[in-house]
Amino acid sequence: MSYPVYLRYEVLRSFRNWRFLILALIFPLVLYILIGSVNRHVTFEDVAFPVYFMTAMATLGTMAAVISGSAIIAAERASGWTRQMRITPLPVRTYFRTKVIVAYLRALLTLVLLALAGTALGVRLPAEGWLTVLGLFLVGLIPFAVLGILLGHLIGADAAAPAVGGIVTLFALLGGVYGFEVATSGPVLAVIKALPSYWLVQAGKTALGGHDWPVEGWIVVAAWTVVLVPLAVRVYRRDTSRV
Amino acid sequence: MATTLAPGAGIVLSRLSKSYGGVRAVRSVDLAIAPGETVALLGPNGAGKTTTIEMVLGLTRPDAGTVSLFGMPPSEAVAAGAVGGMLQTGALVEYLSVRELVTMVASVYPRPLPVEQAMRLAGVTEFAGRRTNKLSGGQTQRVRFAIALVANSDLLMLDEPTAAVDVEGRREFWASIRAVAAEGKTVIFATHYLEEADAYADRIVLMARGRIVADGPATEIKAKVSGRTIRATIPDAGLAQLAALPGVTSAERHGEAAILTCAHSDLALRAMLGRYPEARDIEVVGAGIEEAFVALTADDNDEELEEVR
Repeated sequence: MSYPVYLRYEVLRSFRNWRFLILALIFPLVLYILIGSVNRHVTFEDVAFPVYFMTAMATLGTMAAVISGSAIIAAERASGWTRQMRITPLPVRTYFRTKVIVAYLRALLTLVLLALAGTALGVRLPAEGWLTVLGLFLVGLIPFAVLGILLGHLIGADAAAPAVGGIVTLFALLGGVYGFEVATSGPVLAVIKALPSYWLVQAGKTALGGHDWPVEGWIVVAAWTVVLVPLAVRVYRRDTSRV
Repeated sequence: MATTLAPGAGIVLSRLSKSYGGVRAVRSVDLAIAPGETVALLGPNGAGKTTTIEMVLGLTRPDAGTVSLFGMPPSEAVAAGAVGGMLQTGALVEYLSVRELVTMVASVYPRPLPVEQAMRLAGVTEFAGRRTNKLSGGQTQRVRFAIALVANSDLLMLDEPTAAVDVEGRREFWASIRAVAAEGKTVIFATHYLEEADAYADRIVLMARGRIVADGPATEIKAKVSGRTIRATIPDAGLAQLAALPGVTSAERHGEAAILTCAHSDLALRAMLGRYPEARDIEVVGAGIEEAFVALTADDNDEELEEVR
């Protein structure tokens, strides 16, 4: 098999799907430019607003980018395309690996365009800072990529788009993407700090070199991944067992 | 027809069974298909054709029995690229042109046909640049055929390939399938069109209620039904008297014309002429494949009742 050719068309197919690009790319980018430019001199949570809001919008966009993989998987299952591919030599593992690669490429495009917009609004980070943000996002998105595969096998094609929108909004809202804190202390804050989206939003602060991503962040991401991976593997085996 | 195969050659189904809930979709099917054969799986809806095909392709796990494709279990044969197929249902993925989609599928096979050749064979070249969501039903079906052809596999499985294709398209479709078969590939197709099975397959495997009820060349299947039909114009004969003639199994009347379905047409003809010397315009015709189909399926019905008792 010629994997580069297969990958190229999977990427092409994904980037032509404007419905998901709106949620993952255009919506956060427009929001960032509108709100970020108005508040460019404001400081928020000890961080310049454009920096804070850049990572907030990156969290929103990249979560949408990787979770929307579920809608694509759900649609391919519903249309019978998954079955058609199962009678080809394409290994099921490669099918999913490709879906994850494509999801990350969508997320990367969102990150790059937001970084450019941020730079235009005066965000200045050392090269190391940019790389730190990028690295933290790649790691922090793992639970969402797994969630995308899990949802793709659990929900129907019709439910996929609203489910993606709802889940992204919920994670974004509770994680502090929209700039207000749902709670500042107590059990609610503890719940919020247990969300992987919260730690994506925090990645911006880390980039300024003030402090590292705390151990708590790594634990949350690892815990979500450890819980979600076996579930995803189970539904995917149930759907794709070969004889 | 018992086909004897060398070990590891061709396609062998042995005692293959599958039930869904209480419905026994496929019951202990034995079938051996030699490399290079073109075989029609013929039967009405619910005969078990699609379930059989899905088990051969490894999409459905049999409750009992085994499938061997060129000496391998289905999963290995599929992984080796030895199988190309067109399932009964299935849409195409969006956001790609026809050419891009066929190229993408070709990329997962070890020895694909050149994309342009597969598209020409399937008759999709003229709309190769069009997006897959802008195609008519017949065009979609042809693209799905192109995807099956580009595999360049030893076995081509087609589940009701000409559904949604117009009459002209069907002819081209079968011309392409013949071209593939002529290269020595094994082709198995499911259909409920008797004419298609008769015209395009070397061999017909007739299925009903999960069983193979007949297997052989089309002519042999027709011969299995010894009955013939007598048509004659007999002005004054009553239906009951006609049906009671020796050798006649049933009678119909259309105005003055009588149609007698016979188990023994010679006997029936002599009796008819003896009783109705005024009978004219007499024709005796052999049963068509349609009648053969009905008769063989009806046999299976009786067998069913035997089993119940």
